[in-house]
Amino acid sequence: MTKTDPAVPLGTRMRAAGPGFLRDLDWRRYVIYIGFVVVFVFFAVLLGDQGFLSPNNLVNILSQTATIAVIAVGMTFVISAAEIDLSVGSVAGLSSVAAAMTVSSLGLIPGILAGLLVGVVVGTINGALVSLLGIPSFLVTLGMLGVAAGTAQYITNSAPEPILDDTFNNLFGSGSIGPIPVLVIWAVVAVAVGAVVLGRTRYGRQVLATGGNRTAAEYTGIRTRRIKFTVLLVSAIIASIAGMLYAGRLQSGRFQWGDGDELSAIAAVILGGTSLFGGAGTVVGTAFGALLIGLINNGLVLAGLDSSQQQIIRGAIIILAVALARKK
Amino acid sequence: MADAANAVETRAISKSFGPVTVLRDIDFDVRHGEVHALAGGNGAGKSTLMKIIQGVYQPSAGEIFVGGERVNITSIQDAKAAGIGMVFQEFSLVPSLTVAQNIFLGIEPLSGGFINDKESVRRTRAVLAEMEVDLDPKAEVGRLGTAYWQLTEIAKALAQNARVLIMDEPTASLARHETAALFALIERLKARGISIIYISHRMDEVYQVADRITVLRDGRKLFTSDLSQTSPAAIVEGIVGKKIEGELTYRPRERGAARQEVLLEARGLNAGPRVRDVSFTLHAGEIVGLAGLMGSGRTELARVLFGIDAIKRGEVLIRGKKVDLSSPDRAIAAGLALIPEDRRDQGLVLDHSVRENLLLPLLEKIRRGPLLSGSAGRELAASLIKRFGVKVANPGRPVRLLSGGNQQKVVLAKWLGTDPRILILDEPTAGVDIGTKSEILDRIRSLADEGRAVLIISSELPELLAVSDRVLVVRDGSIVDDIPRQEIDDEESLQLAVQGVRA
Repeated sequence: MTKTDPAVPLGTRMRAAGPGFLRDLDWRRYVIYIGFVVVFVFFAVLLGDQGFLSPNNLVNILSQTATIAVIAVGMTFVISAAEIDLSVGSVAGLSSVAAAMTVSSLGLIPGILAGLLVGVVVGTINGALVSLLGIPSFLVTLGMLGVAAGTAQYITNSAPEPILDDTFNNLFGSGSIGPIPVLVIWAVVAVAVGAVVLGRTRYGRQVLATGGNRTAAEYTGIRTRRIKFTVLLVSAIIASIAGMLYAGRLQSGRFQWGDGDELSAIAAVILGGTSLFGGAGTVVGTAFGALLIGLINNGLVLAGLDSSQQQIIRGAIIILAVALARKK
Repeated sequence: MADAANAVETRAISKSFGPVTVLRDIDFDVRHGEVHALAGGNGAGKSTLMKIIQGVYQPSAGEIFVGGERVNITSIQDAKAAGIGMVFQEFSLVPSLTVAQNIFLGIEPLSGGFINDKESVRRTRAVLAEMEVDLDPKAEVGRLGTAYWQLTEIAKALAQNARVLIMDEPTASLARHETAALFALIERLKARGISIIYISHRMDEVYQVADRITVLRDGRKLFTSDLSQTSPAAIVEGIVGKKIEGELTYRPRERGAARQEVLLEARGLNAGPRVRDVSFTLHAGEIVGLAGLMGSGRTELARVLFGIDAIKRGEVLIRGKKVDLSSPDRAIAAGLALIPEDRRDQGLVLDHSVRENLLLPLLEKIRRGPLLSGSAGRELAASLIKRFGVKVANPGRPVRLLSGGNQQKVVLAKWLGTDPRILILDEPTAGVDIGTKSEILDRIRSLADEGRAVLIISSELPELLAVSDRVLVVRDGSIVDDIPRQEIDDEESLQLAVQGVRA
C-alpha cells in the first residue's frame, strides 16, 4: 500500500481521471527558471533605457557567464556524486599559465596539450586521494587549490605570460563565429554534452546513485570508487579548458585567472537545483544558475551600483533563491 | 470520569488528513505497570495513534487521559511532561557523544551556566543502576552495539521521568540473547509501575512479554484482549483480515532433475574472524536456509559471496568453474544477486524514484547506443512493478514514500530484473507486515521452482523452516551443521542446533 499523501490538493477529484503529473509537479524544482525569468523581466523593465536589452549587452552577459558555466558543468558532476572540488579556479589559472608558456615555446598544439595535462594531472591526484585513500574531497581540493595557485605564481614569477598565437586566442576566447562569440559556443557545447551524459547515460545515472546512497550503489555493483575518481578527474580537465578560455580571451596566462571561480561555480550548481548532499543534479539547471548570476552582475553594473553594493545584493539573491528551492 | 488506574487512555480518537480518515473512534487504554501490545498491518494506524499520544499529530476528535486526568498534548514536549517516552525504532542518538551526553542532550545539568558533565554521568549511573544494566556512561555511543543503543534510548526516556514507554519493534535488530535481556528489563520496569506500549509483528514475543493486546485494522480498533484469552491465530487473523493458511508451514517441493545440478560450491572460504573454513554447495532449484545467532557470521558470509568483503583463502565455483568474486559487479556478472539486510541503507537510494531504483542494476538493458532510453526504462520498470506486485501509484515518485513492505518488494524486483541464477537473501522480511511476508516467501518458492538456487538468511526460524529445503547452521563463522528440512521436527530443535545445545 502506498502511503496516503496528507496534502491532497483541492480539485483532485475533478481531474482524478487524468494524469497525476499536475499534482506531482513540484514548482520548487523549477525555481531557477522562474527566478531567471523574474530577474530578467525586472531588469528589462528597470534598465531598458540603459541598454540592458541591446543585443550587444545580451551577448556580453553570455560571454561573461561562459567560463563559469563551463566550470560549473564539471562541478555539477562532482556535487551530484556527493563530493566537492574547490581547486577548479586555481586549476584554471595554472592551465592558463602552462598553455601560455608552452604556446610561446613549442607552438599551438603542444600548448593546448600542456593546458589539458594540468587538468589530467591535478584531477588524477585529487581523484586518487579521494577514492583510494578516502580523504574527504573538501580537504584534498582545498589543499590542491593552494598547490595549483602557488605553482602557477611560482613558475611565472607572478607575471602575466602573453600569448601571441592568434589561432589559440581566437579558438579559445577572443574569436567569434558570425555574431556569436566562440566563448559562448564552448559553453553551449559543454552544457549540452554535460546534460546528456548526466541525464541520459549509464555513467550519469551511476554518478547520481553513488551520490544518493553510496552503500546501495556499491551493493548494486556500481564501482563507486571509480565514479568518485572520474568525477574529480573530469572536473579538473574541464577546469583546465576553462583556464585556456581565460587565456584566449585575455591573450595571456596568469595565475590570477579563475581566482575565486570555485565559489561562483558552486553557487551556480546549487542555484540550478543540484543537491549539495549529492544524488540529484541537472546540468541545464546549472547553466541557468550561472546565467542568473551573470544576469545579476550585469544588471547591477548597469544600474550604477558600486562593487560593494553589487556583492551584497548578489549574495542576498543567491540565499533567497536557494531558500525558495529548498525541499519542504 | 476516566479510570485513574490507567496510565494512558484515549477515548474516541479520530484522525483525518484532508479527506482521508486514518483513525476512527479509537478507545485504547494502558494500565499502570502493564505491557500492552499493539498490532496491526501496515497502514492499520498504529504509528498514527502513537504519534498522537506523543504529540507529533493532533487528533481530529477525541480525548487523551494520563493517570485519569484529561490532558492536551500538542507537542513532544507536552508528551514528555506527561511522562510519555518513545524508544525509537530508528535510533535517535548522536553517535559521537557519550551515553550520558546523549541521555541529557538538551537538558544538561548546569553549574554556573556551564554544562556539568560529571553530574550527568552521576545521574546516568543512577538510572542505569535502577535498570540493572551494566553500561559505562562515558562510553561513546557510536562504539557500542545496537543493543546498547536501545538501552541508552530507554535510559534517556527514564531519565526524563517517563511513566509510559512506547517501543516500536524493539527486537528487530537484536540477537536472541539480547532480546532475552530486553524482556528481563521490561519485567523490571513493569515491577516499578512503568507501562509499556509494545508494537510488534512477532507473536512469540508478544505472548512472552505482553499482558494485553489491541489489534487495529484499517484505522479501527478490532479488539483488546487479555493474551491469556486469545490465540495467536486469532490475532494474526485480526491483523491480516483473513485466515492465512500455511503461510509459515513448509511445503515439500518437487525435486526436479535440475536439483541434482550443483550451481555454487564454496570450498574452504576464509575472510576475517567471522568466516572460517566455510564449505557448502547450492543446487539448482534449492532453497537453503542459513541459521545462526546475530554475530555468528551469517551476514559476513553473504558479503563475501557477493564480493563486498574480500576472500582471504578458499574458492567459489559456479557450475564447476572457479569465479572471481572480488567486487559486487563481478559477482553480478557471475550470476549472483544479494538482497541486503538493510534495505534503506544498502538496498535503495531513498530519494530517487521507484523507477530509477529498479533500473539501477539494469542500465545495460535499457541502453540504446551510448544513451539510456527513457521509454524502454519506463516499460521495463512497469513490467517489474507488475510482476512483483509493488503497490505504487506513480513510479516517478521517491521510493522513500513507500511502506516498508513495498520498499522490500522494490529491492527484490530490482535484483530479479537482473535474472540471477543464485540469489542470496539477507533478512528478506525484516520489518514487513505478515501479509507481505507470506507474499515474499511465496515469491521465493517460485523463484526456486524456476531453477534458481536461493540462500536465505533469517533470524526468524519459523520463516526459515517454512521455505528452506535444507538448513545450514553457522556458529562462530563456521558451518557446523547441514540438516535436510525433513529431519528438523520443529522450531525448538532448530533453535537448539543454532544455540549449539543438542537435545
